[in-house]
Parts: sequence; C-alpha cells; structure tokens
Amino acid sequence: MYLKSAYEIRNKYLRKDMLPTIFCPGCGIGSALQYTLRAIDDLKLNPDEIVWVSGIGCSSRVPGFVNFDGLHTTHGRALAFATGIKLANPDLKIIAFMGDGDAAAIGGNHFIHAIRRNLDVTVILINNFTYGMTGGQVAPTALKGLKGTTAPYGQFENPFDIAQLAVAAGANYVARWSVFNYLQGINSIKKALQKEGFSLVEFLSPCPVSFGRRNRMKTAPELLRWYQKITVPLAKAKKMPPEELEGKIVIGEFADRDRPGLAREYEEYKKRAKKMMGWEG
Amino acid sequence: MRREMLFSGFGGQGVILASVIVGRAAAVYEGLYAVQTQAYGPESRGGASKAEVVISDEPIDYPKALSPDCAVFFSQEAYDKYLGLVKEGGIAIVEKDLVPHRRPELEEKLRVYALPLTEIAEETTGLSLTMNILTVGLLTKLSEILTEESIEKAVLDAVPRGTEQLNLKALRKGFELGEKARKGEL
Amino acid sequence: MKYPFPVGRSDFIQGDEAIARAAILAGCRFYAGYPITPASEIFEAMALYMPLVDGVSIQMEDEIGSIATIIGASWAGAKAMTATSGPGFSLMQENLGYAVMTETPIVVVDVQRGGPSTGQPTLGAQGDVMQSIWGTHGDHSLIVLTPATVQEAFDMTIKAFNLAEKYRTPVVLLTDAEIAHMRERVYTPNPEDIEIIYRKLPANKEEARYPFGDIHGDMIPPMPVFGKGYRTYVTGLTHDEKGRPKTVDAEVHERLIRRIIDKLEKNKEDIVTYETFDLEDAEIAIISYGIVARSAIRAVRLLRREGIKAGLLKLNTIWPFDFDMIGNIAEQVRKIYVPEMNLGQLYHLVREGADGKAEVELIPKIGGEIHTPMDIIERIKRGV
Repeated sequence: MYLKSAYEIRNKYLRKDMLPTIFCPGCGIGSALQYTLRAIDDLKLNPDEIVWVSGIGCSSRVPGFVNFDGLHTTHGRALAFATGIKLANPDLKIIAFMGDGDAAAIGGNHFIHAIRRNLDVTVILINNFTYGMTGGQVAPTALKGLKGTTAPYGQFENPFDIAQLAVAAGANYVARWSVFNYLQGINSIKKALQKEGFSLVEFLSPCPVSFGRRNRMKTAPELLRWYQKITVPLAKAKKMPPEELEGKIVIGEFADRDRPGLAREYEEYKKRAKKMMGWEG
Repeated sequence: MRREMLFSGFGGQGVILASVIVGRAAAVYEGLYAVQTQAYGPESRGGASKAEVVISDEPIDYPKALSPDCAVFFSQEAYDKYLGLVKEGGIAIVEKDLVPHRRPELEEKLRVYALPLTEIAEETTGLSLTMNILTVGLLTKLSEILTEESIEKAVLDAVPRGTEQLNLKALRKGFELGEKARKGEL
Repeated sequence: MKYPFPVGRSDFIQGDEAIARAAILAGCRFYAGYPITPASEIFEAMALYMPLVDGVSIQMEDEIGSIATIIGASWAGAKAMTATSGPGFSLMQENLGYAVMTETPIVVVDVQRGGPSTGQPTLGAQGDVMQSIWGTHGDHSLIVLTPATVQEAFDMTIKAFNLAEKYRTPVVLLTDAEIAHMRERVYTPNPEDIEIIYRKLPANKEEARYPFGDIHGDMIPPMPVFGKGYRTYVTGLTHDEKGRPKTVDAEVHERLIRRIIDKLEKNKEDIVTYETFDLEDAEIAIISYGIVARSAIRAVRLLRREGIKAGLLKLNTIWPFDFDMIGNIAEQVRKIYVPEMNLGQLYHLVREGADGKAEVELIPKIGGEIHTPMDIIERIKRGV
C-alpha cells in the first residue's frame, strides 16, 4: 500500500483555521483520524456526501477539525442524531467519532439500538479506558485494577468489551486494533466505509496525560508497549484457554456480514405500506 | 342552543363508539359544533366507561357536560353514579335488564325510557353487541337534534367494514322504537 | 399531492390526530418518538401516514434519542417533530437546549398530564408551563404555544412549524391530555390554502460560511443544511458566526446568546398571539391559556349575565411573554384572576407583568379535572 505524506492528507482534509487540535502530545486520536482520512482518500469518497457526527469528549472534537459537514452533539447521543441525518437524507454517508465513555456509558442505549437497527454508519471508537477531557475518571472499558480519579484504588467493576457487544447486537462489520496497528486500522476503516449498515472500528488509543500518568505509563510509547503485552490476535486467542485470556484484549476482525441497513429497510417498509394501503402515486 | 349528552356503562358495550357516532353526525354531517370526551382509566378492557357529547350551533366553550339533557345508562353502577346529574325534564334511556335497582324519586323529574335494549338488539340483528347502535337510533329520535340521514352516515363511517347492514338494521330499529316512544305507544 | 386523510372539509377527530395531520400539511416529513400516554396517538397517526407521504416515522429507544434524531433530520433538511408528555419532555430537555444553541428548527409537542413523575398518566394538567419555558439549562429562549381546542391544536401545529422555520428555533406545542383525547370538529383546509414557511437557506457558498452570523441584519442566519457541499460545522459549544468553538471568549458568548434571545424577543409582535373576550370595559380580568380558557370564556359569559364586568385574555403563546400587555390590563382592571391546572405557574409571569398595578389571584386546580365555569365564578364572586 502506497502511503501519501501526512501533510498532504492534512492539507486536503483539515480546516486550517481550526488547527492546532486540542489533543495532547502522545494522544492516539490524531492517528485514528489520520487512518480514517487515508481510508476516505484511498476510496476516493466525495467529502460533500459525508457527514461527521460526534458526542462529547476529546474524540468528539474531530468533526470540528475535518473539512466536512459535521454535527458535534451532546454526550452519548451522536448515533441518535446520526439516525435522523441518515433517514432524512439516505444519500449521505455518516462517520461517527466516539469515545469509550461516550459510546458505552452515557450513550450505551443509543449504541446498542443503532446497531440493532443496523443504522448505516461507520463508528470510529477511541478506547483509552478513561474520560480524558474531564481529567481521567474511569470509563466502562477500564480493565479491573486500572486507576482513575473516580477509582483511585483501582477499578473494581467489570469492563465492557465494546467490539463483542457490537457483534452480539448485530453489527455488519466489527474490528478492533490498537493505533499501533496502522495498516490493519486503515484497511478495516476502508472495509467499514464500504459496508451498508452498522460498522465499528475500535482503536485502543493512548491517553498518557489523563490515563497513563495514573497507571505508571506516562508516555505514549509505554502505553503502546503495554498494548503489545495485553493484546492477543484473534487467531491466536481462538487456541487459548479462557483463563489465559483473562485481562487480555483480543484484536482483529470480529464480524463481516451483509445484513440490509436501516435506510434500505425503511425504503422497503415504505413500499410495503403503500402496497398494503393500495396507495400508489 | 347547547345540548349535552351522557353515555355510560361498562367497557365492551360500545359506549365510547356511540358517543363518537353522535358527535360525528353533528360535526361532520349537520355542520354543528360538537365535542366528545371520555373518561379514561389505565385498563385496556373492562371497567366503567363514560363518554360525553356537547352539541351546539356556536363554538363550544366549556367542553364537558354540566347537566346532561340526555343520558344513556347501560349499567347499575353508571345509573347510580350519574342519574342525579341529568337536567330536570331531561331524557334518560335505561337498559332495563342491566339496571335492576331503580330510583323512582329521581326518575319522576325525567322522561325515562327503560327497555331491554340488549334483548331487542339480539332479536333484531342476532347480535347483542349492536345494542349501542340501536340506542343511538332511539336517542336520535327522542332528542330531536340530529337527522336520521346524518346519523346513518356517521354509523357507516364508524363501524367495521362488513357490519354496515347489520348496524343499520339495529339503528333503524332504534328509530322505530323512538318514534313509538314519542307517540307514547311504547 | 395525495394525503392519507380528508382535506378541504371538516372531520371529527381527537386532538392528537389533529396534530399529526396538521404536521404533515405543514410539510413535516420526519417523526421520531417513544410511546407515552397521552401522546402516543400522535405517534400512531404519524406511523400510519408518514410512509405513505414518503416521510419517516421511527420509534427510538427513548425520548432523548427521539429529540436527537429530529435535530439530526432537521440539519439534513427535513421538517421534523416529536411528541411526548411530562416525563419524556424532561428527558428531552438537554437536547432542547442543543436545538436552541444550534438554532435548529424542530417542533416538540408536550401533551401534559398530571405530575410529577408518573403521576396521573391519563388526566390533563398544566404542570409543565415552567418546564416548557425554563426546562433546559442556561440562558435561552424558545416559543411555546398553547391550544385550547382541537381546531387550535391543528392550526397551532402549522403555526409551530412556520415559526420554527422562520426563526430557526425549537417550538414547543404545549397541549394536554384533555385536548389530546377530545374529539371535535376540525376543518382541514385545502393544502394550497395553507401558508407554509420554509427555513431560509444560504443564497450561495459565501452566505453558507456564516451558519450562525446575522448576515441579513434580521438576527436569523440562513441554515446551510448538510449534503449541499457547504461543509457546515455545528456544535453545542459556544461558537462564532462561522460555527467555530470559542468557549472562553465572553464577548462571543454574549453576542451569540443575546442574538438567540433577541430574535424572538424583538419579534414578539409577530410571534405572540392572543384573543380577548369582553375585555374592553372589564373591571375584572381572567388571564388563561389552554383548555382552562374554555371554562373561563363560559365564566365570563355567566358573570356578565349577573352584571359583573368580567373579561378574558386568552393567551395562545405563553413564551415569549408579553409582560407589557399584562401591565396595560393591570392598569385597567381592579383584579386579575389566573385559573390554571397547577398550583401556580403562569400566575408568576402574570404577577410580574401586573407589577403591583392590580392584584393577581391564582385559581389553582389539580387532580385531573379541568376547572368548571362555577369553580372560576365562585372564586371571583367571593372577591366582589
């Protein structure tokens, strides 16, 4: 795969008057954003036909930085707003940039129902185990024992596996990587963007400032090395006994299927309604 | 001209539907103003049922019945609760078999028509369920606000497809009873 | 265009049904909702009609999702509506604020029932007056309309869409369980006879660069909806004319919020409507809105028959609020009565408007029954 220079991607897709971004040194959101823009560029998608949607949090600032139509909404609700955009204008492609707290805690209900409906949207989910913007509180993805300002003695609850949640709820495409896996990341986003229905690409993404600092990993490289240690590729994980997978995070492609998306289902529903009512023209 | 009507009984007797038909006939087919309201409880089926219709030739301000000019009672409970509200000289239609305990001291100030409505409906159409439509016919003739044509149209709008003839039969039986009642032949 | 309900004639329908039909005639093609008594019939009518008129009706996971969805639809260019009752309306408040901040035209119907909490789901109330005006957070303004009859529910739904589109603002149609389930004669005009307003769109790309700028001097920016190549960025953060977040700039915040409020406040004459009955020579004024105004009209008629000079101001818009008009009435009359199906909400606004120039007395009623004319008359006679 030929990779264009990052500057070329930046100049082509970012709003210059919005730079610099709010992201801290070592933050992984910029990487995930770059992968997404590279995927769009590679697929030669028309930016005028794409709307970026987000909720609240660091990753939710992304729609402001990219030069597309964008809706930066309320905490956790991005996918509900996206439902309105998509059904009101099915010609638009929707990308939702979400954080783990945004998608799996406050927005958990919208998340599972958007998947159940198979809403046509590509979700890029930044999982950094923390609420970075508000200063390092524990997120619903935080593994047991990880520290945050609201669990200063280490998380005592069980974490959500967002990717598995999405698979179970019926998503058409689900993949998880760390931002370290850049080629897999770009390829997954490309697949996701070409899918009808719901697609999710989750990235383990370093937040050295709010998360790493409290967990003895003050820099991004330390966090990336930790990801290397705790992640297990899907093929390998399949051969491992469950006890060995305890505390590990499986990475790879978890779902790749082609159920009809919500927009198409609604078009069919309209036809059915008209037929049932003897209503044509 | 402001006329108030009360329909009461229990769920499943078509009390609400009867009130909607009367209101619809007035509003859509007579060009009058009409308001239909109903008391709602949490139950989807059964329980007490009450509906009101106010009809007027000018816009209706207060939408509820204050003292009904006409009232229909399909149950003892409804009769006990609401008979006292009916305006002096007003019309009360009572389902005789369902209201065994009557109150002559209240009834003597009213024009009361107590009939075995369910039984008559059953004899007329073979379906006791058509009792509400039969009563609408009776009420139409007694209250003299609406024409037979308007009520017939409103009945056809409101009843399920395929039951039109059955319901019209019940309605016309009601007209006939009302006509007799007016002449004192009942 | 064919409609799935009769037009150009009268029908005998419930308030909820009237709202659904009127919305479709006003051009609404997007409905998102969640079931709740006594608003569900609006949703059910929309579910029946929308697919037939090539619109969308979708059941969301909750009321938060419902309002979020219609805001998204509005930015995609659709006229959009949701309907709920008190508890669901509370869930919508956060995103109602988002709609205010992003100047998104939407219509939210609140069919009031007895509260707080689950309260009296099937019975009417007017307990959401303050919630409808002040329920969302922060400094803001929006429009609240209060129908009193099924015909008004129909007419005001069309008006709600027109105002939402004209002023780029959320509009709340504040009705109640009585009107929702009451059947009345409603005249549905022929569609070509209905005045329909559509939001101002940018004339060109240059105008589209200012989705939140007062570029026409009327305080209402054109709305660059998505998918037209404008690359519009919309955020709930405090933003400048171009929509860029400016979260710590006091001047930008004040300019934005004041414009959002002023675009309604300074157009009160266009927005606020009311009716009067026998108010010209009245010594006693009743100020009322919604279903209770109907009892008040009858009360005025009966009081006049007894030689008591009563008059009525029936408010069709309760926000923006015309405090000056209340002040003028207070100068004319001895006393103002405010009958409400709550323990005092609009009453406080009326008192502020009367500003001590006339005594203001609340006639409260809760429990689910609307005031009878006698409830109002007896209270007034006590004071005469």
